[in-house]
Amino acid sequence: MEQRTVLQATYYAVFAALIALTLLTVGISFVNLGEWHSAVGLAIASAKAVLVALFFMHLLHSPRLIWLVVAAGFLWLAIMMGGMLADYMTRGWLTYG
Amino acid sequence: MATNSGLLAHQFDDLEQQRDTELLSMWLFLATELLIFGGLFTGYAAYRYAYPNDFEAASRHLNVLIGAINTIVLLSSSLTMALAVHATHKNRQNMLVACLALTALLGTVFMILKGFEYYIDYREDLVPWTSHFRAEEWINPGQIALFLLFYYVMTGLHAIHLTVGIGLMLWLTIQARRGRYSPEHYIPVEVIGLYWHFVDIVWIFLLPLLYLIGTHSPGDLHF
Repeated sequence: MEQRTVLQATYYAVFAALIALTLLTVGISFVNLGEWHSAVGLAIASAKAVLVALFFMHLLHSPRLIWLVVAAGFLWLAIMMGGMLADYMTRGWLTYG
Repeated sequence: MATNSGLLAHQFDDLEQQRDTELLSMWLFLATELLIFGGLFTGYAAYRYAYPNDFEAASRHLNVLIGAINTIVLLSSSLTMALAVHATHKNRQNMLVACLALTALLGTVFMILKGFEYYIDYREDLVPWTSHFRAEEWINPGQIALFLLFYYVMTGLHAIHLTVGIGLMLWLTIQARRGRYSPEHYIPVEVIGLYWHFVDIVWIFLLPLLYLIGTHSPGDLHF
């Protein structure tokens, strides 16, 4: 049974990056970014989520089938989000009466 | 293989096939979980798009300090969880038990802080449709109530998931103390770890979406 073990030092490095990104995202909320808070916050959160998934959840060394399940999960999420946004964000385009 | 044969369920050809199946099952479950939370995130996005200013105003009243501390607590628990899986691969039994117990403890610390935060929210009159909400002090109280509803439901569903996770973690700790896990048999630790990390990822997104949508000032850092 083959096992790809990640070095223990890798976990500590990933953890340090996650803490640094958390301090960054909280710190940046004290800077006036106007409407850009959410975009920056989501970008940093995505980076953290990718780190957790790739290293802590071992996605990096997981079979393609598991990558497919993850991709399918996000595909359905994108359909749900995309359908909703396509509705709400375009309502202003039409004038009634 | 004598010790391994007892671990192999009869529907599988070998341990590797069994392991891959169990991992796949957990990932499939997490894909459904993604859509449960995704529904809430989608609803949040729709109303955030409709009432950006009210959501920002309400967000500023949440306790950003506890939110940030809890993020660090939960990330630390993910580290100890990853180290627990690592310990099974290396067959380090004491480290495994310690890491699992520490993960459960950090999850509990998160829940205690979250409970304390809910109490502060209650004291600060942030509970819509009760006497602990000052509708007259908001420009659009209905929209403020809507944001707070998303806050309670999203953090509440997350807290329910974490409570389940803590229970599973205690069970794993007991099993690990009995020496049930080894480099050949580590899948329960790995799959429950996947669930734990997923719950952590949900919180990673809740932090910016609930707590960090406006500009803070140093005075916001208080309990």
